[in-house]
Amino acid sequence: MWTLADKDGSVEMRKVFVETLDALMKEDSRVIALEADLGGASGFSKLKKTHPEQFINVGIAEANMMGIAAGLSMRGRVPFVHTFAPFAVRRACDQIFLEGAYAGNTINIYGSDPGACAAQNGGTHTTLEDIAIMRAIPTVEVYDPADGVQLRWLIRELAGKKGVHYIRAARKGMPDIYADGSDFQIGKGNLIREGKDVLIVAAGLGLKLSLTAAERLEAEGISAGVIDMFTIAPLDTELLKEQIPGKKLVVTVENHGITNGLGSAAAEVMAEEGYGIRLCRIGSRNQFGQVGSQEYLMKAYGLTVENIVDTVKRHL
Amino acid sequence: MTEKERKLKLGSAQIRLETLKMLKWRGYGHLGGAMSIVELLSVLYNEVLKYDPERPDWTDRDYVVLSKGHSGPSLYAALALHGFFDKEWLYTLNEGGTRLPSHPDRLKTPGVDATTGSLGQGTSVAAGLGMALRLEKKASDQRVYLIVGDGELNEGQCWEAFQFLAHQKLHEVIVIIDYNKRQLDGRLEDIISPFDLKGKMESFGFRVLPADGKNENSILEALTEAKQIEDSAVCVLLDTVKAQGVPYYEDKDDSHAPKFDEKARQALDEVIERLEKFVEEGGGQNVDSSR
Repeated sequence: MWTLADKDGSVEMRKVFVETLDALMKEDSRVIALEADLGGASGFSKLKKTHPEQFINVGIAEANMMGIAAGLSMRGRVPFVHTFAPFAVRRACDQIFLEGAYAGNTINIYGSDPGACAAQNGGTHTTLEDIAIMRAIPTVEVYDPADGVQLRWLIRELAGKKGVHYIRAARKGMPDIYADGSDFQIGKGNLIREGKDVLIVAAGLGLKLSLTAAERLEAEGISAGVIDMFTIAPLDTELLKEQIPGKKLVVTVENHGITNGLGSAAAEVMAEEGYGIRLCRIGSRNQFGQVGSQEYLMKAYGLTVENIVDTVKRHL
Repeated sequence: MTEKERKLKLGSAQIRLETLKMLKWRGYGHLGGAMSIVELLSVLYNEVLKYDPERPDWTDRDYVVLSKGHSGPSLYAALALHGFFDKEWLYTLNEGGTRLPSHPDRLKTPGVDATTGSLGQGTSVAAGLGMALRLEKKASDQRVYLIVGDGELNEGQCWEAFQFLAHQKLHEVIVIIDYNKRQLDGRLEDIISPFDLKGKMESFGFRVLPADGKNENSILEALTEAKQIEDSAVCVLLDTVKAQGVPYYEDKDDSHAPKFDEKARQALDEVIERLEKFVEEGGGQNVDSSR
């Protein structure tokens, strides 16, 4: 059961990742963390100090890291690997696909700084297609957690689950959404706000923007519901089928390209169900990443409260 | 010839025979690379490996990672001959719904430890398995036998894995290179030269043990020595011939995955007949199964 945070705050996602792994490693010697020489960036280097026998730095070799993780899982280890999101899903795609998913092995992947979060690292370090790639691979699970509470729950949940799990999450701070101790369900989205006119489906960085946009729309007499669809694969199609009929418009908001991401996943459900309701997908459009502050990039990809509000008003 | 030598030569003949019968029945297949590891497989399954065909998932077994996955057919023949499944399965190779796909699949075939075929990837998986064995810190002599093709070494991932193995001195993984001098499109020297393979592996931090991959004794000696090494990564460099044991294909450019025409079928029949006789006689004193 989840409840919303009662005050504004923010927590560093990498800090949550490291603290949670640190605690898990104490509880379970099978848990093992792997890095590809970004331990300073992810904070994973701390795990080398606290659990030297449960930490492996493979060097700058992401493909090798995925294969090693798969091999470790064949002896019952529970591997968590970290690298920047594009270096996981693009550079090591075939290793994740074959030695992870196809071969029935377990790899938990922390792909950090997806989309606009890459900020000053720029276009080479940006992925706006990681959901697209990962959700196209059979059995792979894709998660886009919105805050530290959700991320902490997710890591613990996935540690007890076999398979390839891709967590795309920022390294830096994300605004608090949920109250401490909230828990969630794999494959179940959260209807955070009910609405009559519009349904906004968001995840990760898009969630807080969507909740703020819904408040502004309400002030203007438009009733907007908001779903946190942090579980992109498996997708909560039931919740979409329950919430979409009767709405005049559906809007998706994702820190990702609009091709084969969260918006496409929603479009598939809507088309297959024959709802005949308009869908607007907010996210980057046929663009590569670029350098800039996160705020600048969010504007460039349409990830602003103003754009969500305008999109709703234009299409209602 | 000692009894052990006779057993190993007989083992090679049986694996080669079953593989050729299977491929001839299929009409095509990865003959060249499957043949060049036959003697290795005989030594592994008859003498070196710890395994239990009744319990393919036995956690104390040695692992075989056939990273050059296209050589699956001779691995399947070895597994069938050593009790992992019925020999009749061999005649389902590559059929829809088979448990013996062209490239090994750990989820489909008893005795197959790793899913391989996308070249280079088995090297990292073997490194992960070896690391897991090390972390378990059991007083165990368990090993991971990683079989890599010489053409496969074109793949950068092999060298990522090798530097990891060397850095970690991961002797739990014994790297075996099938140096058969050819890759799909021709001779290594003409496609991508391997230069000095032994020197290369040594410069990567490996102890390198060369062996004659056509000779069971030589292979056994190298693997036995490799298992004693505990202070560095270790590599057995097998000098082999692509399609060894099938003279018709030994010097042919298209030995990688030929489709058999009438002439090839006759050539295969001759080898099959000779091997059947050799096996029937229980592995003769004066017959070399690879020639």
